[in-house]
Amino acid sequence: MATLFSDPFEALLQFQRALDTFRTSGKLGSSLSGSGGYPPLNVFRKGDDLVIVTEVPGVKKSDLQVQVKGNTIRIGGTKAIQYGEGASLHRRERLAGNFDRAITLPVEIDANKVKAECRDGILALYLTQAERDKPRSITVS
Amino acid sequence: MAQSQPLQVQEKKELASKEEKTVPARYYVPNADIYETEDALVVVMEVPGVEKKDLEISLESDVLRVEARIDFIKYDGLDPLYTEYNVGHYSRAFTVSSKIDQHQISAELEDGVLKLTLKKSQDAVPRRIAIG
Repeated sequence: MATLFSDPFEALLQFQRALDTFRTSGKLGSSLSGSGGYPPLNVFRKGDDLVIVTEVPGVKKSDLQVQVKGNTIRIGGTKAIQYGEGASLHRRERLAGNFDRAITLPVEIDANKVKAECRDGILALYLTQAERDKPRSITVS
Repeated sequence: MAQSQPLQVQEKKELASKEEKTVPARYYVPNADIYETEDALVVVMEVPGVEKKDLEISLESDVLRVEARIDFIKYDGLDPLYTEYNVGHYSRAFTVSSKIDQHQISAELEDGVLKLTLKKSQDAVPRRIAIG
């Protein structure tokens, strides 16, 4: 997406519009199992690789589990909310609970090269396409 | 408590504020919990993707205002294929009672959750009266 940052003042809005365009109507739409589950996720392409980004505020790294098998990724975990003792609640909007979600991708993933990063409540999974699944160019003789 | 329940997705609420932002981008309202302990009012907000340096917290004429900006440059070079949520800066303001000690507000940011502790001023802390 080379044009995204051409105008720094409009950049974020353009990016937000781009995200809206792909909202639940992308190439993966039909193949994603359990769509609409927690955590909500965005799938991006970065060159040959895929990046899955999801928002998990308040979930500790140790409470997150990521599994890869073939072309299926499973993200599970627990979100716990604790109020101090003797606290009286004024407002409660955040939710706590368990989650478990599986996503099947249309490409085969190299399980050994999956990188997961969790920072500031954002979990990012960097997925590399398996070598045997990559398209090969054939020279026309 | 609710630990064993499956988590539901909370749709992001777009900010509809009386004041307009000068930047042409969408802002979102972070989910917040507010509770009171004996000596403080605690505000907890979910601001995933926000770093410490991009937080702005102010308390002016009893209005507690939080502005949290995401660094969307991290998304440079990423082509969306499928999306379920949008990203944007966060903004939220609360009117707090004047019983807050303006000089004793502390903030912590951990795993995308901002916790503001607003200490109550001395005369607002309940006093126990011993019966003689």
